[in-house]
Amino acid sequence: MNEMNDILLEVKDLAIEYRTRKSLVQAVNGISFQVPRGSTLGLVGETGAGKTTTALGIMGLIPVPPGKVAGGEILFQGEDLLQKSPAEMRAIRGKRISMIFQDPMTALNPILTVGDQICEVIRLHEKLSKHEAVAKAKEMLELVGIPGERYGEFPHQFSGGMKQRVVIAIALACSPMLLIADEPTTALDVTIQAQVLLLMNNLKKELGTSMILITHDLGVVAETCENVAIMYAGEIVEMGTLEDIYEHARHPYTRGLFDSIPDLDVEQDRLKPIAGLMPDPSALPVGCSFAPRCPYRTAACEAAPVGSTQLSPTHCVRCVRAGELAGGKEGGQA
Amino acid sequence: MGTILEVKNLKKYFPTPRGMLHAVDDVSFSLEEGKTLGVVGESGCGKSTLGRVILHLLERTEGTILYNGADISSPSKQELKQLRRQMQIIFQDPYSSINPRMRVADIIGEPMKIYKTCSSREEYDRRVAELMDTVGLAQRVADVYPHELDGGRRQRIGIARALSLDPRFIVCDEPVSALDVSIQAQILNLMQDLQEERGLTYIFITHNLSVVRHISDDICVMYLGKLVEKCSAKELFQSNLHPYTKALLSAIPRPKIGGTPDRIILKGELTSPINPKPGCRFAPRCLYAKPECFQREPELAEVRPEHFVACHRVKEVNGL
Repeated sequence: MNEMNDILLEVKDLAIEYRTRKSLVQAVNGISFQVPRGSTLGLVGETGAGKTTTALGIMGLIPVPPGKVAGGEILFQGEDLLQKSPAEMRAIRGKRISMIFQDPMTALNPILTVGDQICEVIRLHEKLSKHEAVAKAKEMLELVGIPGERYGEFPHQFSGGMKQRVVIAIALACSPMLLIADEPTTALDVTIQAQVLLLMNNLKKELGTSMILITHDLGVVAETCENVAIMYAGEIVEMGTLEDIYEHARHPYTRGLFDSIPDLDVEQDRLKPIAGLMPDPSALPVGCSFAPRCPYRTAACEAAPVGSTQLSPTHCVRCVRAGELAGGKEGGQA
Repeated sequence: MGTILEVKNLKKYFPTPRGMLHAVDDVSFSLEEGKTLGVVGESGCGKSTLGRVILHLLERTEGTILYNGADISSPSKQELKQLRRQMQIIFQDPYSSINPRMRVADIIGEPMKIYKTCSSREEYDRRVAELMDTVGLAQRVADVYPHELDGGRRQRIGIARALSLDPRFIVCDEPVSALDVSIQAQILNLMQDLQEERGLTYIFITHNLSVVRHISDDICVMYLGKLVEKCSAKELFQSNLHPYTKALLSAIPRPKIGGTPDRIILKGELTSPINPKPGCRFAPRCLYAKPECFQREPELAEVRPEHFVACHRVKEVNGL
């Protein structure tokens, strides 16, 4: 038996690019991270940071062409997923690794009943009779808080929050070891988001599932994750435990993100936005990709790519001036 | 400064095959010039419909709308055209609210062409350039098409277009919801600057409570077409009184470790706004509901000075 603190997933130097007629887009640029068994990693970043591409890379769902995994390894239980054949990946997807997509309105098939959609994944991966699969599907519906009698209803008969519960039921139907949730609550209202987050947290504890939670919402991360990786322009710029990131943030981008959010509990006159825009992913700067927007940039930042600095066993940051900036304002403070 | 807008018993019902959908039901408020009124609520609570009815983008079913003291509830075509110069709207989705086949400068200048506010081509060009400066758009994007720009810049186009006729009052319908947080902060700051410089009055419609707190002077909380609570932004966050407001505020994940207060998890979901049952609309999900809540609809009452709440049990719930 493996111990609880075993590494379930290890991504090493993963690079994913999209080639178009005119340009080469480096969507994911040599990222590395680990997901220990039973824990949740938050993958945080803005539109275009490469979060979803990373997830699709792990799932083996990058559209080829134009996409291509340009390098790296994805070790899941010690096996490199990038070396698997399409048939082997099909057996893993939905069984050992599953994914929840952002938009529950489009993730479900509108002309199949929700029950049949849960059944489909069960029958695909487990040797159960139709009858047993139906019973299991009803059980899954109950697990996510939907009465089993609604098995025969169609997605349009459910509200957004309920549809997302169905999607969660499908993802968990075969008790996956790793669940990748891509913005699972972004399309939902806050009171419904609260219900779904509670459900996901409870299920994670009950079933011992490891999770990668992709989101742009630092509030959701604070409630669900043990570890956090901040992504910017295809790179992980800072990674650490929840405490490392929320209370001892070092990277100017991480701090900028926290400063951009209006505080609910304190009155502020003006917000402190991050100046400028995300760089064009087909023409990334030579040096640090955040340098053009960074208030602390120096000549060294723009001259050459910035490596990752290990600040503590759990906390690493990709910033030339990480050492100097330590004394500055702490990102997560109220 | 005086009251710029007053809305009395405003109703908007939509006929549907299954009955009347009460999108906005008996909403009243007034708004001082130069201030921002935030309207918050979840999807389907009628907040966008409210904004559109005030601007006559949708016709009201009942009620009165007063603008600068004058009744504009049923304006003639001529009156409406003049009103539109003063009352503008910024839409949520910068991707679908601007014409993809027009160039940036033409989109911004179109209202000025319609209203013939410029006497010469030079004046028109100068005004467009000024507007682009005001909202922080570089002149080099004047001749590009919107699809070449990111969401933040497109939203700046929407703001420039809304400002082009020098309005006094703008309905902002989720203007930052489609934007990333770092861009969202840029746009919010821009809107605040514009308000200070030009004395604009905003109705700011959003589901994002931290944004609404930041930008608003007063806040209305809506639930299924009804106003359930209305008070100053500060008061709403410090001593809210309605059970729905409490649940809504506690549901927001705070970006801090252990920062989220004890959460009130609401059971169930929004009930249907079609032919609503008598009684309080929130009662089926309310933790404090008593039989009377299902029988009689609560009126919006001034529970504290300038603090209005529609709840039968507001005193017991808050120990007042």
